[in-house]
Amino acid sequence: MIRIFYIFLLFFSAFLSQANNVHVGKSQVFSTIKEAIAKSNAGDTIWVHEGIYREGNLVVDKRLILIGKNYPILDGNKKHEVLSVKADFTCVKGFKIQHSGYASLDDPCGIKVYESRGVEITDNILDDNFFGIYIQYGKQCVVKNNRIRAYGVEEQQIGNGIHCWKSDSLLIIGNRIEGHRDGIYFEFVTNSVIWRNRSFNNIRYGLHFMFSNNDAYITNYFKHNGAGVAVMFTKNVKMFNNSFEENWGDAAYGLMLKEISDSYITGNHFLKNTTGIYMEGTNRILAEHNTFQANGWGMKIQASCMDNEIRSNNFIGNTFDVSTNGSTVLNTFNGNYWDKYNGYDLDRNKTGDVPYHPLSVFSVIVEQTPPAMLLFRSFMVDLLDKSEKIAPSLTPDHFVDNQPLLHSLPL
Amino acid sequence: MNRIIKFVILDILKNKVVVVYTFILAALSWSVFALEDNSTKGLLTLLNVVLLIVPLVSVIFSTIYLYNSSEFIELLLSQPVKRSKIWFSLFIGLSLSLLFAFFVGAGIPILIYAPPDVSLMMLVMGIIISTVFVSIAFLGSVFTRDKAKGIGIAILLWLFFALLFDGLLLFLLFQFSDYPIEKVVVFISACNPIDLARIMILLHLDVSAMMGYTGAVFKDYFGSRSGSVVVLLILTVWVFLPYAISLSKFKKKDL
Repeated sequence: MIRIFYIFLLFFSAFLSQANNVHVGKSQVFSTIKEAIAKSNAGDTIWVHEGIYREGNLVVDKRLILIGKNYPILDGNKKHEVLSVKADFTCVKGFKIQHSGYASLDDPCGIKVYESRGVEITDNILDDNFFGIYIQYGKQCVVKNNRIRAYGVEEQQIGNGIHCWKSDSLLIIGNRIEGHRDGIYFEFVTNSVIWRNRSFNNIRYGLHFMFSNNDAYITNYFKHNGAGVAVMFTKNVKMFNNSFEENWGDAAYGLMLKEISDSYITGNHFLKNTTGIYMEGTNRILAEHNTFQANGWGMKIQASCMDNEIRSNNFIGNTFDVSTNGSTVLNTFNGNYWDKYNGYDLDRNKTGDVPYHPLSVFSVIVEQTPPAMLLFRSFMVDLLDKSEKIAPSLTPDHFVDNQPLLHSLPL
Repeated sequence: MNRIIKFVILDILKNKVVVVYTFILAALSWSVFALEDNSTKGLLTLLNVVLLIVPLVSVIFSTIYLYNSSEFIELLLSQPVKRSKIWFSLFIGLSLSLLFAFFVGAGIPILIYAPPDVSLMMLVMGIIISTVFVSIAFLGSVFTRDKAKGIGIAILLWLFFALLFDGLLLFLLFQFSDYPIEKVVVFISACNPIDLARIMILLHLDVSAMMGYTGAVFKDYFGSRSGSVVVLLILTVWVFLPYAISLSKFKKKDL
């Protein structure tokens, strides 16, 4: 009896794990992927061999593992969405996906995931698509090691590299995105991680973040994007060890925080931006161990910000370390290193004995009359700054770091 | 002509003031770069040297030298040499020796320590500013025979360009801040060689801030290639115009 049961069990398990390998290619069983998808069962692995596949819109509507060998090219002929994933636990790996259509109504993409769980998109090359990878209503999806490139010129003419909407628990890891509108776009995405991505030369933002609570972005590299990185209308964001570089321009910020609260910014590098961090309506943020180097403005903290703490950061070689647009100061600065500080330390506790006022009078003047920048570093202006340091009249006198460090922190 | 230039330069070298000036510039530049841990701070100090000390020394030394060599000039005039030739030789001799002092004193450490684009711009501007103020000294000293008056004029001119001008501009900015005066301000600042030099160096030194929202004004007028060419042209005018006026005065002057 027990033997029969075992045999039965064996038979049954074999039936359960009956996942076939299906091959697609010129000299293979199937010549088109569409056919292969139609003929295969859920759980099968479809191997796509080298070649160009122009099959219009490919819809994956059952749980399949799609693997490209030597980067087979899926071409959308500038008309179609290339790959639509509509099944849970689908895996797409090793494809080169190019030339998706362009339409502003239904946003055709390189790869679009519709209401699915556990989809994995790894090691693909996406070239010249309207949107690169689009996840809507996704859960526990992984987007990893993709190279996404577009050649956008105008904001209206191009979509985002990785666009995530109303999703949860996503992992965006190790992707490289350039030339899109926003490198990575998050809207209503929660509990997700963006890790080790490189996003550069995008037309608008390297990373655009809205209404997305409880997310973290860690060790990403944002360089030379039209307007830097924007994080808006969000709470509980963690930003660790990212680099923000060379975001130059009128409204370009290394990191722009608008209506953010209860977030944590640490270990980031802000290098050569017009403005390192721009804060507006930002509350209860802790910024520590960041480096602000060679920026036009290290931080711009608008008067609408409250209860933010800026401590243990390095401010090195910025034109202006901090500026603001009002006289109310509801934020605290503590224990930062300011390279413009020229106080002394008699008790040798490595913090200066004289408080440092990071707000220079000229930054206030420039805030009010921008063309005054023309006079920057003029002797008159230096005199003005010196006298303001001794007797503050234009700058709020409680805008102060009481424990400025004498030596820069090793960050 | 070459012999007069040679004589002027040798005379200036014997005078030793220019040698001391070279040493002071060198000591200042080397120590500034050696003391500061990042070269930007050193550059800022040297920016003030280029914008304040270099024009001051150039204008005052040239004025005093011109007055002191008035007898030598008279002697030369008794020879069959053209007045313009003498005046030009004096100009070249003075400019060359001051340029040499600036290049050896400040230029070499700047080239060694600072990033190449900033250092080149600073060097070029230092050289131009030296020449401009030699030229201004020629203009000042041709107007009066009185040495004290001449030096007074030189100092006043330096004060005006180095300090007062910016103060006036700042005042103007505050008074008319409700109006779109950016273009006017750019135009007015082009009337001061020191301001022009400062802005050109600034465009390289504070590049992140300059590319910011005020950047529109700067980049359009100064930052672009054609803008730089225009600035260099204006500065060349600043070199030659005061000199040309002084020359026409000198030609008709009763010595």
